[in-house]
Amino acid sequence: MERVEFITESPDSGDGVSTKSMMLNMGPQHPATHGVLRIVLHLDGEIVVKAVPYIGYLHRGIEKLCENITYQQCLPYTDRMDYLAAICNNIGFILTVEKLLGIEDEIPERAKVAEVILFELGRIESHMVGIGTHALDLGAMTAFFYCFKERERIYDILELVCGARLTTSYPRVGGLPLDLPEDFEEKIRNFLKIFPETIDEVDKLLTRNKIWVNRTKGVAYISAEDAINLGLSGPNLRGSGVPHDLRKSNPYLDYDKYDFEIPVGTDGDAYSRYLCRMEEMRQSVKIIEQAINNLPDGPYAADLPEIVLPKKELVYTKMESLIRHFVLVYEGLKPPVGEVYHGVENPKGELGYYLVSDGTAKPYRMRVRGPSFVNMQAIAQMVKGAFLADVITAIGSLDIVLGEIDR
Amino acid sequence: MNSSLGGDGFLTTTINYIANWGRKNSLWPMPFGTACCAIEMMGAFASRYDISRFGAEVARFSPRQADLMIVSGTITYKLASVCRRIYDQMPNPKWVIAMGSCTCGGGPFDSYAVVQGIDEFLPVDVYVGGCPPRPEALIDAIMKIQKKIENEGAPII
Amino acid sequence: MSVDSDSVIGSIRSQFESSIYKTYSFRDETTLFVKKESFLKFCRSLKQDFKFTYVIDITAVDYLDIRVPRYEMVYLFHRFGDDYDENIRIRIKVELEDSDITIDSITPIWSGANWLEREVLDMFGIEFRGHPDPRRILMPEDYKPHPLRKDFDVRNRQPSKESFEKELKEGFE
Ligand code: SF4
Repeated sequence: MERVEFITESPDSGDGVSTKSMMLNMGPQHPATHGVLRIVLHLDGEIVVKAVPYIGYLHRGIEKLCENITYQQCLPYTDRMDYLAAICNNIGFILTVEKLLGIEDEIPERAKVAEVILFELGRIESHMVGIGTHALDLGAMTAFFYCFKERERIYDILELVCGARLTTSYPRVGGLPLDLPEDFEEKIRNFLKIFPETIDEVDKLLTRNKIWVNRTKGVAYISAEDAINLGLSGPNLRGSGVPHDLRKSNPYLDYDKYDFEIPVGTDGDAYSRYLCRMEEMRQSVKIIEQAINNLPDGPYAADLPEIVLPKKELVYTKMESLIRHFVLVYEGLKPPVGEVYHGVENPKGELGYYLVSDGTAKPYRMRVRGPSFVNMQAIAQMVKGAFLADVITAIGSLDIVLGEIDR
Repeated sequence: MNSSLGGDGFLTTTINYIANWGRKNSLWPMPFGTACCAIEMMGAFASRYDISRFGAEVARFSPRQADLMIVSGTITYKLASVCRRIYDQMPNPKWVIAMGSCTCGGGPFDSYAVVQGIDEFLPVDVYVGGCPPRPEALIDAIMKIQKKIENEGAPII
Repeated sequence: MSVDSDSVIGSIRSQFESSIYKTYSFRDETTLFVKKESFLKFCRSLKQDFKFTYVIDITAVDYLDIRVPRYEMVYLFHRFGDDYDENIRIRIKVELEDSDITIDSITPIWSGANWLEREVLDMFGIEFRGHPDPRRILMPEDYKPHPLRKDFDVRNRQPSKESFEKELKEGFE
């Protein structure tokens, strides 16, 4: 749905040629806006004078909905924010509730390592779409198919673990709901064998591709200072040369035990951010490799009767377990009065949950700091003075997801 | 080919049948993807499921060139008028698939901003439940639409 | 980590003794309550002197029937340090009376605050003095209520419907 409107403006360019400034409405239904983003562009010929983004077309009221349900019930809503990496959102939420309950230290090692593996799979999953659709927008269709092929492989693993492809709703407060499936390890190892080849393939397709380089290099530039000031996070911040990653600076899930690097770009342009994402996937592979080698046996959920649901076998055979199950489902968990914020390094940037508890089973306030919401602000600055076609590059390189922007 | 034509090189049919046959095997979808379901729709278009096996791979992002609208993802009131307008811009005959619980009936979002089912403002031909439905379900929906076209069709002029 | 967060927060507290009237700590997260009058000055100094260059989040909480003052603005800031090796976070709160829900905008200091403040304006109806672009961000512009206030029912679809019908009639601008 594109509409063009002409506004006559004073032809004061000095050379006697009268010019018209044009207003172009891009979106909300436009294939390159990755959802329902609407940008109103003020153009002078091909040059963007001003870009005004309009959002909110997907505002579903998740924060308000979550105020009316119990903590466990909030989990499925977190999937539907950043649906490209639903599992990362889930884990972020679970970690926040665990922090609120003060039970971080009780989570068994097996659950933590499994969560790291899934988190990194989520990162790969998201970057695959991010790069694939970005390439598609710029006319490179093949890369999209290569990326989606890999995504399907990750879906298979997720499906094996939790039964759903996209909307996982997987771990629970206190650990995993079920033990990992038997062939989990084998599947992951298999994936680790195949996946690096795909990265190389995508790398070959794009990294030195002349069209790709020309369309991304030097485009949608943002300096480190501006990036910090605007509150960008994730690859968008690191692409500008700021080595900030919550996995390093605030190592949740024992990320400090893993050996990996934070790829940092130098130029702050779309190409830099693309390179960051590519390298991040390689680092994710490294993390998963270490994690799967150290996946310990043992319990998969914490031994906390008032928080973690009893095992299904026990529910069917023991009266106390049945009652406990009933009470926990019916009443929900009741964290102490207080408030916490916890941020995790989502594929798109810092995803933060801010929970205010009034001592009941429902969150008094749940606030989600979606990384894309804050990142999206940069668009106006990035495309100012650029060509119209570069707007597409800028949107793609920011790697936004509207579910998270609007919530 | 020749043998099936009975040697004479022609076959008899009705205009309706041949038009419906053509329409059903070359559906041009207009993917109106807004949220999570759109990712599964992309999955259906991509390598593994490959919707082109059903003749429906020519995704048109301009409503004027499409005859099948796949509404996938949550539709909020703010977006509803856009959705309706895009539908109005599509030429006849046209069909609509409501993909995902959100489009069928609001899905998990019983909230102040979300339309509780797109049939509040659009005629829907096939509903696909699921949150999100798997790509197979979308393909099934397309086959249902094809059946519908085959059986009922639409006036030719 | 070159500096630990306690010492930074300690020095903030000692410098702004008169403006900070309450501190609160829960699960290793410190919250400072700042007086509304000196909030802007406090923020300037936070950025310039204490190098909290990064704004993470801005939101609000509505304590209807629970607490007076009713609203609480919540700000979260981050400090990178010179070599990006620090991880110091601080939460600032400003309480707002129901009768006067305006506060100084911090967008002139951190441009990243722009949309975050607009979202609070949209969801809670809190007004930001000096905000460059005070419009609703998520809901349609002719939408009246503020959804995240506690006295708004989550299933109240009437206002959305009205604005939808109006738009349908008038066309998409
Ligand atoms: S039905 Fe479920 S998966 Fe589909 S858009 Fe709605 S919430 Fe997302």
